[in-house]
Amino acid sequence: MKKQISWQTLALILASLVLFNGVMLFAHLWQNHWWLGVAVNAALLVALVEYVGRWIPGRFQRIYDLVLAIGFPILLLLVWETMARNNILNPRWFPPPSRIAVALWQLSTQVDKFSHTSLWGRPWLIPQRFLSQGWPGVVALFAEGHVWVTLMRVFVGFVLGAIPGIFVGMLMGMNRTIRTMLDTTMSAVYVLPKIAIFPIVMLMFANPFGEGPKIAVVAISAFFLVAINTMTGVRDIDPVYIQAARNYGANRWQLFRHVIFPGALPVIFAGMRLALGTALIVIVAIEFIRAKKGVGFLTFYYWEVMVTEKMYAGLFVIMFLGVILTYGLQRLERRIMPWR
Amino acid sequence: MAAKIIAKEVRKIYDTPQGEVIALQHFDLEVEEGEFVCIVGPSGCGKSTFLRILAGLEDQTAGQVTIIPGKEPGKPLNNVVFQEYAIFPWKTVIDNVAFGLEMHGMPKQKRLQIARRWLERVGLGRFAQYYPHQISGGMKQRVSIARALANDPEVLLMDEPLGALDAQTRAVLQEELLRIWEETRKTVVYITHSIEEAVLLGDRVFLMTAHPGVNKATFDVDIPRPRTLATQSSREFRQLTLAIWELLKDEVMRAMEAQR
Repeated sequence: MKKQISWQTLALILASLVLFNGVMLFAHLWQNHWWLGVAVNAALLVALVEYVGRWIPGRFQRIYDLVLAIGFPILLLLVWETMARNNILNPRWFPPPSRIAVALWQLSTQVDKFSHTSLWGRPWLIPQRFLSQGWPGVVALFAEGHVWVTLMRVFVGFVLGAIPGIFVGMLMGMNRTIRTMLDTTMSAVYVLPKIAIFPIVMLMFANPFGEGPKIAVVAISAFFLVAINTMTGVRDIDPVYIQAARNYGANRWQLFRHVIFPGALPVIFAGMRLALGTALIVIVAIEFIRAKKGVGFLTFYYWEVMVTEKMYAGLFVIMFLGVILTYGLQRLERRIMPWR
Repeated sequence: MAAKIIAKEVRKIYDTPQGEVIALQHFDLEVEEGEFVCIVGPSGCGKSTFLRILAGLEDQTAGQVTIIPGKEPGKPLNNVVFQEYAIFPWKTVIDNVAFGLEMHGMPKQKRLQIARRWLERVGLGRFAQYYPHQISGGMKQRVSIARALANDPEVLLMDEPLGALDAQTRAVLQEELLRIWEETRKTVVYITHSIEEAVLLGDRVFLMTAHPGVNKATFDVDIPRPRTLATQSSREFRQLTLAIWELLKDEVMRAMEAQR
C-alpha cells in the first residue's frame, strides 16, 4: 500500500529551505552567523529526507538508506569545501577537501624529503625494477611505502597479541583457580594506556628504534582485549550446552573443540574487533612520537612542517585503513561462523 | 519384565545461603524395560532434579540410582532431551543429530548415514544442512529428539521436552512421539507438568508432592496402544486425568502457598 504524501508539506519544507538560504545570502549573514545557517539547514534537510523517506515504497527502502548513508558524508565534504573557499573556515587549518585530494595524489606519487618514499612506495619504479630484479624487486618497492609499514606493524602485532590472548582467555574462562589469580592483575593492567609503557618496552629490545618495540606494544594492547573478551565468551556459554555435550559422551578435549571454542567465538570476535581498532590507535600514536616511516609518522611530519592538507591526507588514509581492516575482519567472521 | 531403572530412598539437599533446601526425599521409582513412565508434579517439586540425577548431571545426597546396562556393550546408558532443546547453534541440523555418535568415535560416513535416517523419521530430511537459527522451535525439538534416538541409549530421559512449544506444535509432536515410541519401544522417563500429556503418552503416571518431592501416587494407564490424539476424547482418558487432577490440585495449592 502506498502512503499518501501531502504535497503542501513537501512544498513548505522546500520553500523554507530556499527562503532561508536566500535571506542568509543576501543579508550577508553567513560570514558571522554561519553556525545558524548550518543548524537550520541541517534541521530542514532532516525534515525533508525524513518526509520523503516515509513515502518510499518498501522495496526501494534499502536503496534509499544507501543513498542517505553515502550522500551525507559527500554533503559534509561539500559544505566543508564551500566554507573553506569562502573563508568561513580558515583554509590554513581546514583546507578544502579538493586540496586534500590533490595532496593525497602528491603523497602517492612523490617521495617526501624525510623518508624518501611515498604512501605506497615508489610505484613509478616498477617497470625498471621488474626488469632488473623481477617480482621480489616489485614487492620490495611496495614494502617500503608508509601504508605497508603501518599495516605490517598493526597486523603482526595484532596476531602476536590475539593468539596468546585467546589461549590465556580460554584458560581463565575454564579454570576457576587461574581466573581468580589473574583477574585482578589483568583488570588493572587492562585499563593502563599501553602507549605509556612504550618507553620501557623500547629498552627491552636490542634495537630500541627498530620494529620490535612498536610491534610489541601493539601486541600487548591486543592481548589484554582479546584475553578478557575470550574469558567472558567462555563464561557466557549457556551451561545447558555443556551438560548436553557431557550427557552425549564428550570428553574434555571434545567438550572444548565442539562446545566451548565455537560457543565463545562470537565474543572472541567482538574482542578482536576492539583489539584491531586499538592496535591502529596505538600504532599511530607510536608513529607520532618515534618512527621514520608509517602513516602516523607522515601525518605528524606534515603537521610539524605546517602542510596541513597533507596532514589531512594522512588522516584520511588512517581512516581508510581502519575501515578496510574492520571490513576484512567482518568477512573472516562470516567465513568462520556461518551459523550467525 | 526386568527392571531397567531402580531408584531407592533418593534424597537431594541443596546447600544454599538461606540454609538447606530439601528437593527430594524418600523417593522410590522402578521402571521396567520398554516402559514409558511419566512424572507429573507441581513446579518446583524436584521432578527435574530427579531426572538430572538419573542423567548423571547432578549427584544425589543419599540413596541409590541405577540404570541397569543392557547386553550390548558400549551402548550409552541414557540421553537427555532438554526442555530448552540444547542443540548446538554452531552445528548444522545433521551434525547435531550425529553429535553423540561423533563423540563415540564413529566414522563420519556411518554417523551421517544414521543421522540422515533419523532426520527422515522426524520429518526433517530436507533441513539437514540448515543451522538451528533457521528453523522453528518445534523443528529444533525434533532435532533434539532425533539426536537422542540416533545415539540409541538404553534409556531416554525427557525433561518437559514440549514445554516451550505452542499448543498446536505440541499436539503434532505428541503424535509423532507416540508413533516413534511405538516403533522403538525404548525405556522412557518423561517429565511434564501436563496431566493430559502424561496420560496420553505414558504406561504409568507418577505423581509427586510439592516441596519436598515425595512420591504421592502412581497410576497405571490401561488405555490400549497405539494411541493418537483422538484417545483424549475417550472416557477412560477423561476419568483418569480427572482422578490425577483431584490429587494434584492440593499439591499445586501447597506449592503456590509456599512460593508466596
